[in-house]
Amino acid sequence: MARGAGALSRGAGLAGAALVLAMLALPLAAILRAAGGGVRPGPADLSALWFTLEQASLSAVLSVALAVPVARALARRRFAGRRLFITLTGAPFLLPVAVAVMGLLAVFGARGWLNAAAGTLGLGPWRIYGLHGVVLAHVFFNLPLAVRILLQGWQAIPAERFRLAATLGLPPGQVFRLLEGPMLRQAVPGALAAIFAICLGSFSVALILGGGPAATTLELAIYQAFLFDSDLGRAAVLALMQAGLVAGAAVLSLWLTRMDGSGSGLDRASQRRDAPGGWRRGADALWLVLAGLFVVLPLVALVLKGLPGLADLPARTWPAVGNSLVVSLGCAALTVTLAGALSAPMARWAEGVGLMPLALSSLVLGTGIFLILNPVMPPARAALPVTLLVNVLMALPFCLRVLAPAWARAEADHGRLADQLGLRGLSRLRWLILPRIRGPLGFAAGIAAALSMGDLGVITLFGTEDRETLPLLMYRLMGAYRTEAAWGAALVLLGLSFGIFWVFDRMGGRDA
Amino acid sequence: MKHLALATGCLLATQAVAETPVLNVYTYESFTSEWGPGPQIEAGFEAQCGCDVVFTGVGDGAALLSRVRLEGARSEADVVVGLDTALMARARATGLFAPTEASAEYDLPIPWEDPDFVPFDWGYFAFVGEAGAEHPTSFEALAASDLSIVIQDPRSSTPGLGLLMWVKAAYGDRASEIWEGLADNILTVTPGWSEAYGLFLDGEADLVLSYTTSPAYHIIAEGDDSKVALPFEEGHYMQVEIAGRLAASDQPELAEQFLQYLLGAEAQGVLPETNWMYPVVLPEGGLAEGFQQIVTPDKALLLEAGEADALREEALAEWRAALAR
Repeated sequence: MARGAGALSRGAGLAGAALVLAMLALPLAAILRAAGGGVRPGPADLSALWFTLEQASLSAVLSVALAVPVARALARRRFAGRRLFITLTGAPFLLPVAVAVMGLLAVFGARGWLNAAAGTLGLGPWRIYGLHGVVLAHVFFNLPLAVRILLQGWQAIPAERFRLAATLGLPPGQVFRLLEGPMLRQAVPGALAAIFAICLGSFSVALILGGGPAATTLELAIYQAFLFDSDLGRAAVLALMQAGLVAGAAVLSLWLTRMDGSGSGLDRASQRRDAPGGWRRGADALWLVLAGLFVVLPLVALVLKGLPGLADLPARTWPAVGNSLVVSLGCAALTVTLAGALSAPMARWAEGVGLMPLALSSLVLGTGIFLILNPVMPPARAALPVTLLVNVLMALPFCLRVLAPAWARAEADHGRLADQLGLRGLSRLRWLILPRIRGPLGFAAGIAAALSMGDLGVITLFGTEDRETLPLLMYRLMGAYRTEAAWGAALVLLGLSFGIFWVFDRMGGRDA
Repeated sequence: MKHLALATGCLLATQAVAETPVLNVYTYESFTSEWGPGPQIEAGFEAQCGCDVVFTGVGDGAALLSRVRLEGARSEADVVVGLDTALMARARATGLFAPTEASAEYDLPIPWEDPDFVPFDWGYFAFVGEAGAEHPTSFEALAASDLSIVIQDPRSSTPGLGLLMWVKAAYGDRASEIWEGLADNILTVTPGWSEAYGLFLDGEADLVLSYTTSPAYHIIAEGDDSKVALPFEEGHYMQVEIAGRLAASDQPELAEQFLQYLLGAEAQGVLPETNWMYPVVLPEGGLAEGFQQIVTPDKALLLEAGEADALREEALAEWRAALAR
């Protein structure tokens, strides 16, 4: 794969990787230095470790397993509103966690729609709180991500292959064995690792839906060590444990992932006329309806809850919207640039480094940066830039997952042609890469912008004088008994996150 | 030349600002929000001090203390408002706080004598539920009932820690047993107060751990008297919110004046209907009507700060063991 990765690409990759590693290592080093070394984890920390592993593994496996039939249905069926369906089902991933949990509870909670419906049939009541609730919420958040990753895999199989298979009259089982199976073997480990890593960092979801201290995650233990015990040594050791788990998952997934075996095609949009009919059509429809309802109902609940609160929104909502937009757009631009730099060398090491931010929580990063800034300037003055920086790091792994394969594919499919034309450096980027990664690029920018928009992140850690973001405003409204207005703010946030994602995704144009 | 002009401009601007002394006050988020007491207290003190008060909001009380510790002697903060009795021993142990002379004739249910910190408001922890239902009147009755409750995690929230201390103060060695009894009533545990209160308002649980003063908010701000706090026979654990000034402050006199202002009639009058807690000095005309309607416990419980801090580890372990099953 070294072909096409010229000196410029390698340079960009190295610079990007160095930047990311520095931004991760320095904060952690600052914490260890301030702590004067680590502390051995206690038994409570170890049980937190086990619960964290348990819930993250279950969540990852279930999300990906459910994503396979949904992504396949999306890949081989064409229907009115398919595009909208794909965009809408992406929404949970972009939502602020606290908001999404409330949406889930409106559907699955003790007084939720599901229990109300079950009650009229004489069933239930079902209790959402417990390990199953945590996993349910994580699947809600990550199913769309898994579907998108797998759908990209399906769409990367050249349409000619499917047509050939159809011409030869291959049954669906054979199509799976020859075309879909190899693609899944390549895409699934990456999806599993990404979702596993995301779920490792779960804190509010695990606690609220987990039902009590049995559902203590490492992230909560880190939070407690930092904020309640001011025990930096223990926090640093816990953060290292968490980082070790993520690194392990990343290495495992890179090891399991085979290189692209689907070969090159003619660069045409997949027009599948070969999809199997009969009961498989019905099964595909059922999967789509179920996944759609699962993802969309909580969103509908959020909209219904938010509408009455819109009238109560304070005047300062609009400056907060402005601040959030600035952070969000800045995050999108920076993250996509960084992800591009790491995609350019098309090397495993660059991708591996790009996934590393998943390993450190924003709390750890924020505290580390705080300790670095404190001797130089009052950290509160840097609240927005630091929020931006942390958001970029947090969004990078997702953007990279989307961008890197598309980049490598563009090179693999057309690199030889570009070499013959002598396309190099920036003109290669302009004429070869960018037109072919437009879709993933728009999607990646959308993810970064929306994730950043909804993130409360480190801004509360740094404290603010008067610059507030929309999530912070929502948090303040909730803290001041203004629950209804807080729901209004959540609805605005939902609309903005989703809107900005939609705009970027649309700018990317066709395909996933 | 341009750079020099720019630099000089900046320098002059800084000097112009420096003529008005700045008092930096760190507090928790909800204190400084538009609906909290922060804006009115800032305006009130600025009107008399000839200074600029800058509030910085940081998470909750625990996050606030952690922040002050992290910043250490380099902290810009002159005053910290919003720690509480559960955090007091640890705050004192940092050695970052300076003694204060500020004081008042406190209307607290307990005597207050402390060299470093002044109390500025207080409340009783209580379970809040819907009015009209038959409610339990003790932890034991609650544990025997099939009511569902939402509480906050004592490892991440001050009310959560308050409940831990409440059970410990009321039951001592029997605390474990009480928690085991409550285990099947606890629907879930949230990271902070707002998530728990939100779940309760959504109807997810019958009761939520909050304050006896919570219903006053609903009565006064929303004209809604459907929420009530449950009086418990064991008595109610108190949360006294405190303020102190930092030894490293470059405005020690202003800081001292601010603490005194916080105890004065003007600031005390602002607190009840913005922070929804009791003032430490009752206003001359008494509290608003909504505060008269709410439950007032017969017995106040509060562990001495050092004792509470010493018991924390043990109480936390009991809590975790009883609920982790």
